[in-house]
Amino acid sequence: MSTMPSEDFEAAYESLAMAIDSAGPERETLFLTKLALVLGHQLGDIAVFRNAIRTALEGGAE
Amino acid sequence: MRPAGKGPLDSLYFHYPHFPARHVPELDGSAARYPVVIVGAGPIGMTAALVLARYGIRSVLLDRKDTFNDGSRALCIARPSMHILERIGAVAPFLDKALGWRFGRSYYRGEQIFRLEMPHPPGEKYLPMYNLQQQYIEQYLHDAVAACGLVDMRWQSELTGIECGNDGVSLNIVSPAGDYRLDADYVLAADGARSPVRTQLGLRMKGENYEGKYVIADIRMDHDFPTERRAFFEPSGNPGGTVLIHKQPENIWRVDYQLRESESEEAALLEENIRARVGAILGDIGHTKPWELEWWSIYSANTLCLDDYRHGRVFFIGDAAHIVPIFGVRGLNNGLADADNLGWKLAAVLNGEADESLLDSYSPERRGATLDVFANATKSTRFMTPPTRGWRLAREAALSLSLKHEFPRGLANPRQMQPYTYSESPLTPYPERDAEFAGGPASGSFPPNARLADGGFLLDRAGDGMTAILFCDGSPDADQAALLAQLNNLDRRFVALLVQPAGSTASAIVDTDGEIAGLFGAQPGTFYLLRPDLHIAGRWKALVANETLETARLCLGRAMP
Repeated sequence: MSTMPSEDFEAAYESLAMAIDSAGPERETLFLTKLALVLGHQLGDIAVFRNAIRTALEGGAE
Repeated sequence: MRPAGKGPLDSLYFHYPHFPARHVPELDGSAARYPVVIVGAGPIGMTAALVLARYGIRSVLLDRKDTFNDGSRALCIARPSMHILERIGAVAPFLDKALGWRFGRSYYRGEQIFRLEMPHPPGEKYLPMYNLQQQYIEQYLHDAVAACGLVDMRWQSELTGIECGNDGVSLNIVSPAGDYRLDADYVLAADGARSPVRTQLGLRMKGENYEGKYVIADIRMDHDFPTERRAFFEPSGNPGGTVLIHKQPENIWRVDYQLRESESEEAALLEENIRARVGAILGDIGHTKPWELEWWSIYSANTLCLDDYRHGRVFFIGDAAHIVPIFGVRGLNNGLADADNLGWKLAAVLNGEADESLLDSYSPERRGATLDVFANATKSTRFMTPPTRGWRLAREAALSLSLKHEFPRGLANPRQMQPYTYSESPLTPYPERDAEFAGGPASGSFPPNARLADGGFLLDRAGDGMTAILFCDGSPDADQAALLAQLNNLDRRFVALLVQPAGSTASAIVDTDGEIAGLFGAQPGTFYLLRPDLHIAGRWKALVANETLETARLCLGRAMP
């Protein structure tokens, strides 16, 4: 897990919220999937990416 | 609102006094001119009157009601506000009655995801927060107003007209005892969110309204839980909405719950619906015993303020100047800071000690504080009442990840009120001197407190005027002594505090292990200058006499224009 400073993480949270709104309800899922692929590619580490997928899948999901 | 069959002042625990309209000299033709008339005897107006009285300034305090506020409303008093209450001589009953606290918990779907812990350094005299119903806040301030002898309190006195001139302000007052005209040098508008003064002067607040609505309800119950802030996201008792619970004195608990978007305000405010929803929420927190409904109201978040808190000889303080969201307890606390900030400046002008231009610093300082509050409050409001689908989804994702992971938990931090730093104020001319310090409080900020060897506290020793804190090994040297003497000549209320490791000078503060020096990032020769509201006007690692004197002159309103 990275050690992103809390202000940056907060800014990431806000940018994401606003980006979901600008994608709009119809393109929202596609946008989020594209975002995940872009991040995975930039991450460059399949093990870490799969771990991130597990983290996002587990618990609390509807 | 109160349950069916109860009057607006029919409280389970608070006896509302009835204040009659007085027969005032103006009704017999007297045309006295008053230095200050304060419109609105809520917590902010009364505090302003008491700050002025501390400097010997008389005021007339008007309120259109015949008693205190009809509901609990403001609830949390932050540490800096306790210092203000102390300095106006009113803090004792607050300490007796209020519930101090520093912890909180946030839950998501019933599981705790965040533990709030507000810093409480060992040198602080007061806890970070105290809960007390607004009626008690008003009652205790009113007791102090009645005892002080310099405040002409006039209940049931409504302002119906205001005329601003270059030399003064005329007010038309309507009361059951008769109608009359009041003339004042200055008027303080402390008449609340719907300020009639603001309306009559044609001034408008600007800013944003947020969508989410909260019901706030006070109930009485025997419920065994410490005084903490509890926030519940997606609780089963209020699906789709957030819940906040705060403990208050007299077994009264504040339950705030967010309404779903589809809910109508009218339906939500019906007593049967309040009872059903509060009952479900109490079920969630394991309270199965009986409870009683005291009072309820509805609330939606706004960030609104005036462009200028001054309009000629009229000053706006508290909600009359700015409306802030409740999340983060900044409404009452910022209003009290307004009253304190304006109070010492206006008193200095009215006492003939300061040039009128000192008053120009009020609006930039306090409006700056409001904008800072808006920045923080906007973030917490977006978390408490997500405005759009994007914000809702992002919050849902962050909260569900918070169940098992630490990294998103900080997003649930309520960002409780911190005192504002006046670093860009015209009264803080040398903020660049901060660069010389490795630590300690910045110029413009509220200083840390420290416990002294005699059991008292550092800030207890500060005066009503400017206060110097000089860190030194022994007696002040010739240059330091000369500066202290000049400051003493400039300000008849000046107080010099010497902090010494050995306490070789009588009345010096003994700092044997260098704890206070450490707190202030000080070395021998370091000089702090505090304003009458205790904020740091400037600090110098080593003496710079001309800068210190210039800073003091600015704060005292003596600078050459």
